[in-house]
Amino acid sequence: MPDAQPIQSTPTRTAMLEISDLQAFYGESHVLHGVNIDVRQGEVVTLLGRNGAGKTTTMRSIMGIVGRRTGSIRFQGQELIGMAQHRIPRLGIGYVPEERGIFASLSVDENLMLPPVVKDGGMTVQQIYELFPNLQGRGSTQGTRLSGGEQQMLAIARILRTGADLILLDEPTEGLAPVIIEQIGVAVRKLKQRGFTILLVEQNFRFAATIADRHYVMEEGHVVDMIPNDQLAANMEKLHEYLGV
Amino acid sequence: MSTIFGIPPQALFGQLLLGLINGSFYALLSLGLAVIFGMLNVINFAHGALYMLGAFVAWLLLTMAGVGYWWALLLAPLVVGAFGVILEKTLLSRLYKLDHLYGLLLTFGLALIVEGIFRHFYGVSGQPYPIPDLLRGGQNLGFMFLPNYRGWVVVASLIVCLATWYAIERTKLGAYLRAATENPVLVQAFGINVPVMITATYGFGVALAGLAGVLAAPIYQVSPLMGSNLIIVVFAVVVIGGMGSILGAVLTGYGLGLLEGLTKVFYPEASNIVVFVIMAVVLLIKPAGLFGRER
Repeated sequence: MPDAQPIQSTPTRTAMLEISDLQAFYGESHVLHGVNIDVRQGEVVTLLGRNGAGKTTTMRSIMGIVGRRTGSIRFQGQELIGMAQHRIPRLGIGYVPEERGIFASLSVDENLMLPPVVKDGGMTVQQIYELFPNLQGRGSTQGTRLSGGEQQMLAIARILRTGADLILLDEPTEGLAPVIIEQIGVAVRKLKQRGFTILLVEQNFRFAATIADRHYVMEEGHVVDMIPNDQLAANMEKLHEYLGV
Repeated sequence: MSTIFGIPPQALFGQLLLGLINGSFYALLSLGLAVIFGMLNVINFAHGALYMLGAFVAWLLLTMAGVGYWWALLLAPLVVGAFGVILEKTLLSRLYKLDHLYGLLLTFGLALIVEGIFRHFYGVSGQPYPIPDLLRGGQNLGFMFLPNYRGWVVVASLIVCLATWYAIERTKLGAYLRAATENPVLVQAFGINVPVMITATYGFGVALAGLAGVLAAPIYQVSPLMGSNLIIVVFAVVVIGGMGSILGAVLTGYGLGLLEGLTKVFYPEASNIVVFVIMAVVLLIKPAGLFGRER
């Protein structure tokens, strides 16, 4: 049986990512005020919150691309704060930034092949095309000539090649048409089935509710609540209040 | 005897060849400047001084150690490149968070220091550097006489420019470079060591200047001022071609060299300023340069 669980006495759902008392600064401004989050292996966890709550900054803090940060971010037991920036992704963390970050001076193929493979077990280009058929046959197109939805798919696709097992997805549905959001949702669920662990920033909690296991709610630079997805219905009122929708 | 527009063909082709030679140096130097500007956002004013350094390294290798032209062609760019790596590591890298102007001022100062040192030791009169034996003599092409060495300079610079263009536009390493030029933070977030890439890029860009210096040594004399005489024109070339555009730098380099040659034939009085007139016109009509993208 290829999918057999490892026969070990350790709990199968250990924390893969543990963030505790994370403070982050951009120059003089103090953006995160003690964020505590943990993500277990194989989970899809979202960060919900209004604009400016610190969701994107939390992502950027994990990747080491904010000005200064204190506290602790542990990935598979290794402390990321103080680690050289370019070594963090090499541990197996893939970053899909909010603005998608498709390079205009690179073709679709070059964009897809750009992030170096950091671990064995990444998806093959063929598997990626099966997941995102829109990308197939577009290889020589300039990256930024793709539609917004296709650029989002490309931004996710290029991380899947690398073998990263934790994926940071920052607002993958932002500015996209409902049909495309649907496609991205299908893809993210497939990724979850494949065993990827996903930390997702979303404004659109209806989308988040269809794929996530748990939701952290952020406000003014810290986490104010954690809602398991199966208790989302019961907490709707509270959530509306948090998000102001 | 036939003439073209009232000009004897020998004179016309002779000036065009001279233009092509000058264009080869413009192209090599502006290529290095474009690569450096694209990646570091630094206008490398030390480029002319490093070109001069390349020529002097070749001359010193010959006079002090008896190392000839062909080895110098390899060693001088390496020495200049290594010097560039040290400059980037110790000085330039401290300025990236500041305005571009600081990089320009620093490299301008470095250029003056390097030139001053060589002036102090070698004066300004210039040292001759012999043409390598293999490339002495010339070819009679029927319509003109082509000195072998000058033909070699044109071919060598074309090959280096094309190879550099290919490496940047068609290889994986070049894709990293282009991506890092656009968005260094994201490239770093994919696990690529961008600071090392930046250092290597600066080293490579100034090594190109060093190579141009060696190629120039047998044509122009090896003199501490050879760089500052050339670099102002090269900056005009870069502005016309468009800051940071690789292909633009190369094509504009050759094009303006030829144009200068033509001007020498038809209206010699303007030959020294034609490049700057074009620069002014381009800046008025297309401020990002002929091949540049608006930022």
